[in-house]
Amino acid sequence: MAEPHIPIESGVPDPFPYMHPVLKRNYGTWRWHDRPRPGVLRHVAASGETVWTVKAGTQRQLDVFTVRRLCAIGDECADGFMRFTTRSNIEFMVTDEAKVAPLVARLEAEGFPVGGTGNSVSMISHTQGWLHCDIPGTDASGVVKALMDAMIHEFRHEEMPNKVKITTSCCQINCGGQGDIAVNVQHTKPPVINHDLVAQMCERPAVVARCPVAAIRPAMVNGKPSLEVDEKKCVCCGACYPPCPPMQINDPEHSKLAIWVGGKHSSTRTKPTFHKLVAAGIPNNPPRWPEATDIVMKILHAYKVGARPWERMSEWIDRIGWPRFFEVTDLPFTKFHIETWRGARASLNASAQLRF
Amino acid sequence: MSKEMPATPMLDELESGPWPSFVSGLKRLAAAEDKPYAPMMKDLLGQLERSYETRKGYWKGGTVGVRGYGAGVIPRFSELAGEFPESAEFHTLRIMPPAGMHYTTDILRQLCDIWEKYGSGLVALHGQSGDIMFQGIRTANVQPCFEEFNALGFDLGGAGAGVRTSISCVGAARCEQSCFDEARAMRMIVNSFLDEMHRPSLPYKFKFKFSGCANDCANAIQRSDFAVIGTWRDDLRIDQDEVKTYVAKNGRKWMIDQVIAMCPTRALSLNDDDTLAFDGESCVRCMHCINAMTKAIKPGDERGVTILLGGKRTLKIGDQMGTVIVPFLRLETDEDYEALLDLARRVVDFFVENALEHERIGESIERIGLVNLLEAVGLELDPNMVSHPRTNSYVRTDGWEEEAAKWRARKGSAEAAD
Repeated sequence: MAEPHIPIESGVPDPFPYMHPVLKRNYGTWRWHDRPRPGVLRHVAASGETVWTVKAGTQRQLDVFTVRRLCAIGDECADGFMRFTTRSNIEFMVTDEAKVAPLVARLEAEGFPVGGTGNSVSMISHTQGWLHCDIPGTDASGVVKALMDAMIHEFRHEEMPNKVKITTSCCQINCGGQGDIAVNVQHTKPPVINHDLVAQMCERPAVVARCPVAAIRPAMVNGKPSLEVDEKKCVCCGACYPPCPPMQINDPEHSKLAIWVGGKHSSTRTKPTFHKLVAAGIPNNPPRWPEATDIVMKILHAYKVGARPWERMSEWIDRIGWPRFFEVTDLPFTKFHIETWRGARASLNASAQLRF
Repeated sequence: MSKEMPATPMLDELESGPWPSFVSGLKRLAAAEDKPYAPMMKDLLGQLERSYETRKGYWKGGTVGVRGYGAGVIPRFSELAGEFPESAEFHTLRIMPPAGMHYTTDILRQLCDIWEKYGSGLVALHGQSGDIMFQGIRTANVQPCFEEFNALGFDLGGAGAGVRTSISCVGAARCEQSCFDEARAMRMIVNSFLDEMHRPSLPYKFKFKFSGCANDCANAIQRSDFAVIGTWRDDLRIDQDEVKTYVAKNGRKWMIDQVIAMCPTRALSLNDDDTLAFDGESCVRCMHCINAMTKAIKPGDERGVTILLGGKRTLKIGDQMGTVIVPFLRLETDEDYEALLDLARRVVDFFVENALEHERIGESIERIGLVNLLEAVGLELDPNMVSHPRTNSYVRTDGWEEEAAKWRARKGSAEAAD
């Protein structure tokens, strides 16, 4: 019998063997950058060397044929090196300015839109969804495809007041993270429990402990040990579903989409902010989710028209105030917008500062 | 006879439009009749179409791994295995990319070749975890596939209650705003915690992320337990001739509206000769003026990092940002980097010994208070750790004089050192 393979615990690979030589030569000594056109960055090093980066969108879920096509573009139109951004955009680096225009043309001709730099709407950071997740309330790649199709002009151009980072998530765990605009699943009904399976599939004390509002308790149901949910307390978050699949939270009708705005991860100008709920009850409507797309486009348009240069979504709303935000986006303000979680009163207006 | 392509009328609607279509990619794989994965991808398309029709997911987890490791493979078994048998097992291998996600075309092709041999041909560059997600492989192929990736210099990433795959921004490789060597710090820390990554035994997940400046392109404050953010301790470096050039080109209104007035702490003003007056004590190192005038303003020379602890998403107590536990750690020499690693080790040790099961370190801080954590880890208090001091009087302040004496002693020794 062959010796078992002992893994080589090499960890994170050294990037230097894979890095463009101009980046290696000037590592840590870059001086300044600008953007000659949307989708293109120019960085100049202390040595005087210059590198042009051409950024393009990809579908993130890539088939090997597409990866090889990108490699061919890298070999034929760039210098054989590339990198990816955290939002799944691809970046080709070239040291010859004459290569920039042909590279842009080739990427566009092969269906990879060039853009995503500066004050644009970059690629949506997204999750796995129905394609591969074990707990999804919706798909990820499909929602993103539908939204990016609608926002393609804003990806290719830098016409926004500042950058716009959009995220999507297929459950309330929100793997997609915070965004200027976030499109996330929001369940509206408590889990439907298959009591025949709970005892054999779920570690019941762990499931009880997982509930953020202590709505789950052990119970005997039809003579079997199971779990029951106090439906008046339940906030329908779905936290019990991953550790206990018989507590099905996903529902074709009642798992809705919600839209949140004003998340910002940088500490630039303002401190980082979390996104805030602005719309819920939106149908989870494949294959193109038109209702969610409409609301995102409406918010994006209001921001584009109303915000001043450099204002991120959250900074724009800070200036104009929430009454104006709901007015210009034509979204209803409801009791659900008012925080009920711990520390809720900190989000209420405790002042005589008002806007009419 | 080859397996029939499933009808996918709903997915087909995602093939039109200007954005690259993942559906077209899935179909290319399903139609590659000379490849071993074509039948698997046909069934995968069939199941995905079903999800679009019923609005339900059909994957469940399980236990699949490689010898010697307890994490890094995400098992997926189909609940519709009877109907779609070829994609009944569709696991993911999480493989860590080179720091900064740099690739040569050659290495990407080699990765594709291995993946075509054993898997579905579908790969996400990259997942939210920061991994290359090789999606779709049968249980039997997991071990040999990993061995080939491993021989090529690639290793599995994290999953479950362990140290997770990390992300660092592009940083020093191509950004003048970088305040430390992000890739070096990231590799040094993650590669020192491979035991905690590959054989997860922490109370819950633990994520490190690295951003070269306060723009935080790696999204470290919101998305990591241990955020390392580049900063500087001296003053901004301002090239006044370049400032004048910006004003001449863009006008004073631009300068006042888009640079001066945007400074969050009023640290800037415009002099009558179109140079910048800068008040270093008011500056919070937010990066705005540097972003706006990349040629004229740069971070200071005394560079290092700020460390924040406890960022996470909603589960279970609500969203939390990281909070400052080290305002400034110089990061220039080998010893400085060792000190960063030493701190990371102390924090993870604290987490292992004190966090409850399924509790992130941000929740531990919420439960026990920041002061207890600082004392346990051996960090000194600093007013940079708070937005403001307490507003609630429900606290015992006996022992005030001793604490005040500690502060004065530290302040005195710092002044003596200067």
